Amino acid sequence: MSLSGIKIKDQEDLNRLQNVLKKRRNDEECSVAICGGTGCHSSGSEKVREAFQRYLERNDPEGKIKLRLTGCQGLCERGPLVVIFPQEIFYQKVSVDDVEEIIEKTVLNGEILERLLFTDPISGEKYTYSREIPFLQKQKRLLLGNNRLIEPTSIMDYISLGGYGALAGALTKMTGEEIIQEISYALLRGRGGAGFPTGQKWKECYEAVSDEKYIICNADEGDPGAFMDRSLLEGNPHLVLEGLIIGGYAVGAGEGIVYVRAEYPIAVQNINNAIKQAEKLGLLGENILGSGFNFHVRVVTGAGAFVCGETSALVEAVYGRVGEPRQKPPHLAEQGYMNKPTVVNNVESLANVTVIIRDGAERYRQVGTEKSKGTKIFSLVGKVNNTGLVEVPLGMSLREIIFEIGGGVQGGKEFKAVQTGGPSGGCIPESLLDMPTDFDELASAGSMMGSGGMIVMDEDTCMVDIARYFLNFLKEESCGRCFSCREGISRMLEIVEDISRGRSSLEQLELLMELADVVQDSTMCGLGQTSANPVLSTIRYFKDEYLAHILEKRCPAGVCHDLISFSIDKDLCTGCGACAKKCPSKAIEGVIKQAHMINLQKCTKCGICFEICKFGAVQKS
Amino acid sequence: MVNLTLNGLEITVEKGTTLLEAAKFYGIEIPTLCYDEALSPYGACRLCLVEVSKPGGRSKLVSSCTYPAMEGLVVRTHSERVMKARRLLIELYLATCPSSKTIQDLASKYHVTKVRFTQKHEDCILCGLCVRMCEEQMQAKAIGFVNRGAERRISTPFDAKSDECRLCGGCIYICPACRLRCQGPNEESPVCNACLNLSPPCLDQYDDAMCYMDPCVACELKIQK
Amino acid sequence: MEEKYQDEFEEFLKALENGEVTAEYDGKEISEAVCPANGSGKGDNNEENNSIVSLLQEIQKEHHYLPADVLKEVAEKRNIPLMDIYSVATFYKSFSLEPVGKHKIVCCSGTACHVRGGKKITGEISRLLKIKPGETSKDRLFSLETVSCLGACALAPLVVVDGEYCGNMATSRIESFLEERLPLQKE
Ligand SMILES: Cc1cc2nc3c(=O)[nH]c(=O)nc-3n(C[C@H](O)[C@H](O)[C@H](O)COP(=O)(O)O)c2cc1C
Ligand code: FES
Ligand code: FES
Repeated sequence: MSLSGIKIKDQEDLNRLQNVLKKRRNDEECSVAICGGTGCHSSGSEKVREAFQRYLERNDPEGKIKLRLTGCQGLCERGPLVVIFPQEIFYQKVSVDDVEEIIEKTVLNGEILERLLFTDPISGEKYTYSREIPFLQKQKRLLLGNNRLIEPTSIMDYISLGGYGALAGALTKMTGEEIIQEISYALLRGRGGAGFPTGQKWKECYEAVSDEKYIICNADEGDPGAFMDRSLLEGNPHLVLEGLIIGGYAVGAGEGIVYVRAEYPIAVQNINNAIKQAEKLGLLGENILGSGFNFHVRVVTGAGAFVCGETSALVEAVYGRVGEPRQKPPHLAEQGYMNKPTVVNNVESLANVTVIIRDGAERYRQVGTEKSKGTKIFSLVGKVNNTGLVEVPLGMSLREIIFEIGGGVQGGKEFKAVQTGGPSGGCIPESLLDMPTDFDELASAGSMMGSGGMIVMDEDTCMVDIARYFLNFLKEESCGRCFSCREGISRMLEIVEDISRGRSSLEQLELLMELADVVQDSTMCGLGQTSANPVLSTIRYFKDEYLAHILEKRCPAGVCHDLISFSIDKDLCTGCGACAKKCPSKAIEGVIKQAHMINLQKCTKCGICFEICKFGAVQKS
Repeated sequence: MVNLTLNGLEITVEKGTTLLEAAKFYGIEIPTLCYDEALSPYGACRLCLVEVSKPGGRSKLVSSCTYPAMEGLVVRTHSERVMKARRLLIELYLATCPSSKTIQDLASKYHVTKVRFTQKHEDCILCGLCVRMCEEQMQAKAIGFVNRGAERRISTPFDAKSDECRLCGGCIYICPACRLRCQGPNEESPVCNACLNLSPPCLDQYDDAMCYMDPCVACELKIQK
Repeated sequence: MEEKYQDEFEEFLKALENGEVTAEYDGKEISEAVCPANGSGKGDNNEENNSIVSLLQEIQKEHHYLPADVLKEVAEKRNIPLMDIYSVATFYKSFSLEPVGKHKIVCCSGTACHVRGGKKITGEISRLLKIKPGETSKDRLFSLETVSCLGACALAPLVVVDGEYCGNMATSRIESFLEERLPLQKE
């Protein structure tokens, strides 16, 4: 039997299906969840899955052990991850060779394999069950929690956990207005960057009079260093789709569009697949669940442009044209796609919508700060021990996220800053780490929530270099229309580059700040308006570093190419010759077993010798 | 009709009027580089910035050529914030494209007397007037924007001679950078000394025939004096 | 019609309960037939698909780049100004107007990768392949690209060689790593 022909015609049918599937699920004696998120995938989880499948086909013909290839489970760096249910035994860095032992010992006999357990990088303590691991325990995985329980390609897995119940409830018991009220009461703020109250945005679109309206799901996620939306779309596409349908119903839209960036092929595939499945089951299309509501969704893939994440540029990109933002007003709620009222929402915002309608706003409000409720997913990356996705209640302090969940800075180095908000955000120093993460607090610190990238930087990161990095990114990613954005960013970059080369002056630093102010003030869209944040926030909190570059011609972190040089300490060098062998420009001279030397004329400062020397003889200054 | 405040003046304009048009109508001059009455507004040069606020709201800078007049809006065309941004932008223009007389004139008008940025000598400020001219008035679409960000430039498809181009010259006619060339600036002093702080009489009267003369007779006379 | 669905639904529920249906219900059969194209939605005024981006995506899929004569042909056939097509083709980063190499090496230049030394990795690869980012080698063997985040930031710095994601790169490891995968020429 296949899915064709089966339609869920009303809420009651859905309930019955949910119950049957739930029961089936409870009957599962044990199951193995292999993480198939991008992180684990790159560390070979697909091979592990194949090995499991091969082994089970041979040894478990009745299919008692259920195998699931799930979406991202969060602790990406330790992949491939495998969780064994019902005990929730958590294995990390699993390889193909471990598979047989895992099934024979752990799955069938409950024996724990010590070597695969998660070890805390700081305390060295080992954890057996996923619920004990501090990284996961301290989180509140409202949205991501189900990722490890479902196969993203299976709508039945989603329904078995009560999926589409929120939609059914909304369609049968609530009017559009009531839904909007509920969302407003839940104080949901957009997770795409600006933190605009979703309820209010929907209300404007709801009130606009038009025969046609559109709702667009923004999955452009161009923010480098962030991959929350990717994990949601890849790991639990139905959660987002359900939110999109509810949103469409609330504002009165007949068509939904999911705009996904092209760099995420699996996300594109999974959401497309989810749409097809929902259509087949009658959860999407004409007369959904007998409510009389018609709604269609299609996917548009991007072609690679950060600026297309901006709402008005996004609309242009959906048309398939050049993605240039336009002046607002008219706002999208009046004139958007096809010149009709349009709402644009971020992936994570829509996932939250499903949760709010499912659990009720009252319950949702129990988590979060006074002004913003719920959780926020951050991608905790950079120089931190536990990298991966973390979902925490809004308002948790940065310190807790970085040090307790993230396990602190890698390699015992000194913490320097955390960058939030991507190219629109800023760097936050140690002194502000106790600040609660909340839209307003971050903005007052000169950064912003952004979509949720959180890049930890240690003492080896140069803040001038970071400012330069973001300016360079923005220089390429700006659409180039506004003179102030195009030329302003180029000129800011010019000055910052001069600083990083030790060829600048205090006047130029002043000019940089003046220019940053004007660029911020005089451009049309959000890209230009926030482009100065990386510069201004690094100057604000790390002026010393700028001054060191300018006045002393020195890069304290040892990053800026023109201000560092390498040398070999004669006393430490054992003359092993490893560096000379690897040096790409043959700049290292010396006789084996005798101290070597770097020919500074030939040296390109690539730093390979520094990395390779086991004796710490190569020194950077 | 909508009512708004323009530089302290209570004014009424037709719905759909842009702030730039409203200001023009009331005789307030706002500098522009990418605006032309005959073409759709584009909002790229950012010189026409004005400060707007709603009562009780925070003020922001917007390009007046693209911003519609709205009920109750308070508009300031020459506030300190506007002037600061405008001056710096003119300085940036000078640093990029000093051989445009239009830009040099703006500089002298706004008393921009020095350039603190590295001097470049480009011919195009990407105001897009020519692109819109070609598309909207000539119905040709022979030229357009290529690339994005700092790499953005104006060209024909594949940088080859375009089949659509009828050599009408409309693009050259409307270009603010090459219509009037200023011979003054050199490596050492990008701000042209010849017209410095002399407000050329033709600038205020855009439609004056003199404006199309190259070199501008009025300026020539003043320099000779 | 309605009734038929109803019957089938009942039948399906029963089969589920008895454990008679298993894998097919996942709808896996659907997932393969999916192509990421911008279908022409209801809202498109024209019968034909007018999205230039999706047209170009299709061309690029077929030719692996955007050949000039194909673009000109499409412009003519679809009556789209060639200028518009050229603007779109140069605006978006994923389009290439030049043929790309046989092997595609993508270096992530996202923030997370940058902080963990991604720039050095790109530099090394660039040196080894003797091409700059964005270029294709003369023999059309390699193309080197940078992309600003591949969404696997936890494994930074990241390099993708012919579609294979390789995380936690280190400069000292690059050479042997590339040699394993690519026909590098030794000097
Ligand atoms: C330059 C720029 C890039 C943006 N990129 C994204 C993005 O990749 N994803 C996203 O959801 N929002 C992005 N945004 C924010 C959107 O404009 C918009 O605020 C958001 O999608 C609204 O959804 P929300 O209210 O649910 O957050 C970007 C904004 C700007 C100015
Ligand atoms: S005239 Fe308004 S931005 Fe150029
Ligand atoms: S920053 Fe490199 S994968 Fe995200």
